[in-house]
Amino acid sequence: MKLITAIIKPFKLDDVKDALKAIGVTGMTVTEVRGFGRQGGHTETYRGAEYKIDFVPKVSVETVVSDAQVDAVVDAIASAAHSEKIGDGKIWVVDVERLIRIRTGEEGDHAV
Amino acid sequence: MGLDTGDTAWVLISAALVLFMTPGLALFYGGMVRSKHVLGMLMQNIFAMGIISVLWSAVGYSLAFGGSGRFIGDFSLAFLNGADGITGTIPTMAFVAFQMMFAVITPALITGATADRLKFASYAVLIAAWALLVYFPVARWVWNSNGWIFQMGALDFAGGAAIHINAGIAALAVVLVIGNRIGHGSEPMPPHNLPTTILGTGILWFGWMGFNAGSALAANGVAAQAVVNTHLAAAAGMLGWLIAERKQAGHATTLGAASGAVAGLVAITPCAGFVGGASPLIIGAVAGALCYLALGIKARLKLDDSLDVIAVHLVGGIIGTVLLGLFADTGVNDGGADGLFYGGGVELLVDQVIAAVSVLIYSFVVTYVIAKVIDRTMGLRVDSNDERAGLDQSQHSESAYQA
Repeated sequence: MKLITAIIKPFKLDDVKDALKAIGVTGMTVTEVRGFGRQGGHTETYRGAEYKIDFVPKVSVETVVSDAQVDAVVDAIASAAHSEKIGDGKIWVVDVERLIRIRTGEEGDHAV
Repeated sequence: MGLDTGDTAWVLISAALVLFMTPGLALFYGGMVRSKHVLGMLMQNIFAMGIISVLWSAVGYSLAFGGSGRFIGDFSLAFLNGADGITGTIPTMAFVAFQMMFAVITPALITGATADRLKFASYAVLIAAWALLVYFPVARWVWNSNGWIFQMGALDFAGGAAIHINAGIAALAVVLVIGNRIGHGSEPMPPHNLPTTILGTGILWFGWMGFNAGSALAANGVAAQAVVNTHLAAAAGMLGWLIAERKQAGHATTLGAASGAVAGLVAITPCAGFVGGASPLIIGAVAGALCYLALGIKARLKLDDSLDVIAVHLVGGIIGTVLLGLFADTGVNDGGADGLFYGGGVELLVDQVIAAVSVLIYSFVVTYVIAKVIDRTMGLRVDSNDERAGLDQSQHSESAYQA
């Protein structure tokens, strides 16, 4: 099993969710986060005073999938979150040692 | 003159309208501070409704409108004893109520300059002392028929000098004593909730109808003219600010629209019942553009006038008070005078400048001394940990927004 984490533009969240549901992903966790990468921050001006906003709002999407699903999920996120503009975000994949569904006690791929 | 029920009704309604401006000001300012300080800001404003109202009834009304002194009244009307007659065509008690709401909002204006760093108990002492030693005397000078500025012939319909110059320069004095916010100039401090600020602007604009038109103390043509002038100056102020802002900074902002409207409202305040025709449009537009340009003053002085009380209230108040010397028209109000542009010569203009400068100097000096004394005795400012934690937690043990 793998944990796939994607940091995406907030307005792409619905597209990503729909793309993942379409390929059979059954659950995900979404967090509003702030950060910067190559895009850097942006500036805002209030009463003539310019402020550099370093941390821009992003959404973090996390989902645990079986090894067999990983490539499809990564591709689906990458294409759904793609806007061809700087700041589209990143996707990374890490191993998951154990996965338990709390209600039934099922483990591993059965709990995905 | 006997009691007029129409006049009485209008002044009573105006008192309520002016009262509503203080929570409006709280929201206007509250949206502009960071979220950890928003309750501190709201509290400072609504607390003025508590403490100043009590002071006004106890001694404030008497010091401003009792006795026959030119500089200060006496205690003959303390606790409103003997204030049960008729003033003009309205019950004196209606005048007491209307003027009380002015006394409430004036010290609250200062809080914009000192945002995020005043210790609450010290703030309470500061505005109480300020009302007693600065506001009540200045209200006497300007609005009581015995007052020296009133007798000199300077005009101040609803408080350009008595309220906006007075509070604006006081804000400067307190900032000089209290210093800048931690992180001023190095950390970004953007407004945390501009929709709140816009709501506050709407409430201020609405209440200002009573503030200015109620100052006619009658439901008559002058009051109607004041309503129109007030509204048009706010409108033109918004446009003036936005044009200047867009030219200089590239965008017309919502905060700019709100600030420009308030600048226009401030400037028309002394003029509201004395000018007509295109004058409110000119006064408002000039105030909107100049107040925007005046934002640069604090940067040049390296002074943390956090929410621009100096640029909006002090500069706006001076613009209105001085322009009245040009645009006043007895054709609008025969109880006023003619300004330079209406055949009155420079006499009114000179009186207006004397009034503005006198209030400026008196308020600055006395406010500075009050702030310094409080700072030396109880400390005016929260300690740095409390400031970083935010006034909401450190002063009131509350949070505005639960996660």
